[in-house]
Amino acid sequence: MIRIVLPVQLRRLAEVEGEVQLQVEPPATLRSVLNALEARYPVLCGTIRDHVTLRRRPFVRFFACEQDLSHEPPDTPLPGPVVTGAEPLLVVGAMAGG
Amino acid sequence: MSEVRLLVGTRKGAFVLTSDGKRQRWDISGPHFAGWEIYHVKGSPVEPNRLYASQSSGWFGQKIQRSSDGGQTWEAVGDKFVYEGSPGTHQWYDGTQRPWEFKRIWHLEPSLADPDAVYAGAEDAALFRTTDGGRTWEELSGLRNAKGRLWSPGAGGMGLHTILLDPSRPGRIFVAISAAGVFRTDDSGGTWRPMNRGLKSPYELPDPDVEVGHCVHRIALHPSRPGVLFMQKHWDVMRSDNAGESWHEVSGNLPSDFGFPTEVHAHEPDTIYVVPIKSDSEHFPPEAKLRVYRSRTGGNEWEALAKGLPQSDCYVNVLRDAMAVDSLDPCGVYFGTTGGQVYASADAGDAWKPIVRDFPAVLSVEAQTLP
Repeated sequence: MIRIVLPVQLRRLAEVEGEVQLQVEPPATLRSVLNALEARYPVLCGTIRDHVTLRRRPFVRFFACEQDLSHEPPDTPLPGPVVTGAEPLLVVGAMAGG
Repeated sequence: MSEVRLLVGTRKGAFVLTSDGKRQRWDISGPHFAGWEIYHVKGSPVEPNRLYASQSSGWFGQKIQRSSDGGQTWEAVGDKFVYEGSPGTHQWYDGTQRPWEFKRIWHLEPSLADPDAVYAGAEDAALFRTTDGGRTWEELSGLRNAKGRLWSPGAGGMGLHTILLDPSRPGRIFVAISAAGVFRTDDSGGTWRPMNRGLKSPYELPDPDVEVGHCVHRIALHPSRPGVLFMQKHWDVMRSDNAGESWHEVSGNLPSDFGFPTEVHAHEPDTIYVVPIKSDSEHFPPEAKLRVYRSRTGGNEWEALAKGLPQSDCYVNVLRDAMAVDSLDPCGVYFGTTGGQVYASADAGDAWKPIVRDFPAVLSVEAQTLP
């Protein structure tokens, strides 16, 4: 079970509280997790990655296990603790402003 | 008794303000979509409880929300705004050509006849249309053939911010685009022509009366006389008496002819409103006095309307979509400021009162008159 922590704006949009938990076929990657997330919550389409190119939006970041996964290719397998559910995958709105 | 509903978009959410026909006491609901920029909220003229809202974020992109109960509840609808075909390029600040790139929806204009049909004005400038209540959107791409490659973003972005539907000619639509100008279609969006003859921009453009490139801030018309248009340009207040074929200046005795919104009185087609702003670099009122100016002669002769508005130390701006009128008698006039105030006048602008003083910066105000 993959655990995902969404930023508050997207939790409100998707009308979820707390973490989202998704069952994803191995190997779990950013692409497969986001596909599953958008399939369950279609309203999130376009908010994390572009509708057409499916590229990550510029001010969205992916963190897990104290690592920034934002620049990893989307088909890179996620870290083991994320795959087992020991650690969540964080979807984060990047810092902006001063 | 009639009711007035104001739809207020702000930098951090949407608010719905309602009052009875006296327009003295207001109920406030919101923020809806807290934390998101709400560029615009507007209701269908044929089904007033059907509202559409543009919800956007620099982080999370564009959403479109729809309400069927006057803003009490909302549902996200389609937000896939894809330019048709290969969108080509437009001029960039450094003179190079840059591909069109969708950023946000600035303005939503519901159809005059069909509550499921809505036009949406986008940045980078384009016009989209839905005919299924917002589920899907298609671009009216002929607009970009009107010399789109010569359009260039201004400091505020290359947004299509004004959409006027001509009630007497269903195929006629006017749009205005920052740093591009006014464009008109007479065939429901198939073909478009620039409508900028008479505009002069000597301080912004190397050729002051070029066909496209003028920074039009807002245009307005009265539904009973749609051939007459009023414009607040970057500098200059302008008027057209031939559906945009040509324009002439009507700034007259205004203390500054820079500004953003312009509106027309609901019952008097020659009574118009602007909010003068000191200059393009000083986006606050002249003399730090917030004054709406009203012309009852369709321009040139203006009177200051200051009663109830701050007359010292006022440094707010009023953005292009942040002024509206209701259709009661006397006509109500409303505007919101970048300082978060929403002011109301129940007597056509003679006197003003703040409805709220501490909203986030106001991006848009629309007024609905309900039976």
